[in-house]
Amino acid sequence: MPSLSPLIENSATEQLKQLEQGDITAAELTQAYLDAITARDSKVGAYLREEGERALGQAASVDERRSKGESLGKLAGLPVAVKDVLCDKSTLTTCASKMLENFRPPYDSTVVERLKAADAVLIGRTNMDEFAMGGSTENSAFQITRNPWDLERSPGGSSGGAAACVAAGMAPLSIGTDTGGSIRQPAGLCGVVGLKPTYGRVSRYGLVAFASSLDQVGPLSRTTQDAALLLETIAGHDPRDSTSLDQPVPEYSKTISEPLKGLRIGLVKEHFAEGLDREVESAVREAFRIYESLGATVKEVSLPHSKHAVATYYVIAPCEASSNLARYDGVHYGHRTDEVAMLAELAAERKSLEAAKDEIGLTRLDSTLVRMYRRSRSEGFGPEVKRRIMLGTYALSAGYYDAYYLKALKVRRLIRQDFDNAFGEVDLIAGPVTAQTAFKLGEMVEDPLSMYLVDLYTVSANLAGIPGISVPCGFDKAGLPIGLQLLAPPLEEERLLRGAHMFEQATNWHQRRPEM
Amino acid sequence: MAITRTDVEKVSLLARLQLSDAELDRLTTELAQIVEYVDHLSEVPTEGVEPMAHAVEVHNVFVADEVEASLPREKALANAPRHNDRAFLVPPVLG
Repeated sequence: MPSLSPLIENSATEQLKQLEQGDITAAELTQAYLDAITARDSKVGAYLREEGERALGQAASVDERRSKGESLGKLAGLPVAVKDVLCDKSTLTTCASKMLENFRPPYDSTVVERLKAADAVLIGRTNMDEFAMGGSTENSAFQITRNPWDLERSPGGSSGGAAACVAAGMAPLSIGTDTGGSIRQPAGLCGVVGLKPTYGRVSRYGLVAFASSLDQVGPLSRTTQDAALLLETIAGHDPRDSTSLDQPVPEYSKTISEPLKGLRIGLVKEHFAEGLDREVESAVREAFRIYESLGATVKEVSLPHSKHAVATYYVIAPCEASSNLARYDGVHYGHRTDEVAMLAELAAERKSLEAAKDEIGLTRLDSTLVRMYRRSRSEGFGPEVKRRIMLGTYALSAGYYDAYYLKALKVRRLIRQDFDNAFGEVDLIAGPVTAQTAFKLGEMVEDPLSMYLVDLYTVSANLAGIPGISVPCGFDKAGLPIGLQLLAPPLEEERLLRGAHMFEQATNWHQRRPEM
Repeated sequence: MAITRTDVEKVSLLARLQLSDAELDRLTTELAQIVEYVDHLSEVPTEGVEPMAHAVEVHNVFVADEVEASLPREKALANAPRHNDRAFLVPPVLG
């Protein structure tokens, strides 16, 4: 096995500088990451597909244009990995599901389009929980992803591949999606930076929908500076997404080094209750002390409805998922069952019911079309996706709509109001990303409710639509990373990044790398 | 509200899923646990609270009413499990 290039140890911002100065070429940089993928991904499983040939072609094109002095995009020559949930017409988009195993989109998502326009090198497609449903990346139909810090543990999810590839030095930047914490939680568990923007800040056009009112695309990276660079590339109004916000996008990477004078940080008293691991609590409290040493003031705030956030989320998200995933019917695209076997099965059922003179059974028997939908969907979807579709269909069904869905929407309003009140007193809210460090693979697979509770500290931001970031803030005794979560009011990503960067500059947790 | 196996069977039809006996048994237990957990929302006082369906206040967004090129037929059919170059093919609808 050849030794890996030291290039992969640099941040994306440093690499960009090297590219611009002509110290390295995009082809060299891309090859360095492809070598790292070859050497490491058989252990980690972060990528569903490495797109080496295409990436080297894009890199060669950037190098040629640079040599001619042509103007280039913001990420010219930088490799970026993309979660396999964003449409890219040049490759498959599987959502880690058998349902979309062979799906090739006819168009690019806006995020992919902007990455291409910025001359990024699209190095591969990362693994995820199927349709972004899960918190461990064990729900992929194709493979599990392992945490680079301990291969027996989960990288978190659903953007586990996106976090693990950055942590393991297999991409300097990656794109994830966050519906209930799916960028911040894996970033926290893998010791990298992960940012969920304000809802509407980044276009969802071409993002395969899970829960439309919660989904948001965002960057994962090794440093906050790199996250700023990637965010400013993909953010901004998109007329093709009616929920996209028509607001100017600041140049986050230019202002990130400016400290926030008089910064007021909120400590949420409900976040330090029973269930929080002592080592995680200690690292997060130390982060507050660091902020105080930098001149910030720390003030206790309350989010009284935060204890209802997980329940609220697990009503709203499955309801939206059950609606969004209704499109997978085996007709227009996606998996279709074996029709011959299906028709034979149905004929046998009919014969049996007729023989038994079961009139009720006969009236309930599926039509051929309905049976095709049901079999196609049941064969195409995995257990977690089925669970959420069933939960959402139940909550939206007659008699339960008011009790569950409508009630959850009202509690969602109260959760948002809590944040509005808290941000009247503080500039940023800080706390843990997860209650524990990375858990063992398989530990919670049979216990969906426990897995859902892993999202305890992250889901509120999705329900409220506010931006949040996870930055490394320590390690436990077992050597597993601990994440610090910062939250900001809507559209205040600039404040969020500057606040996170202040912490990063005062610590060196983000510089640690797993031994691979 | 306790969930029964009959409820799960009924919901599986609404959700257009065909579940095996083992799946029905497992989902009855799991959904019952999850619903019991989310049931505590009923205790939250929400009288007079406006439901919040979206994280940002959204309004109708209109585009100009102009005819634009649509997806070409061959591209629309390209991912279809069955087609005849003109239309999507499905099993008999009546029957």
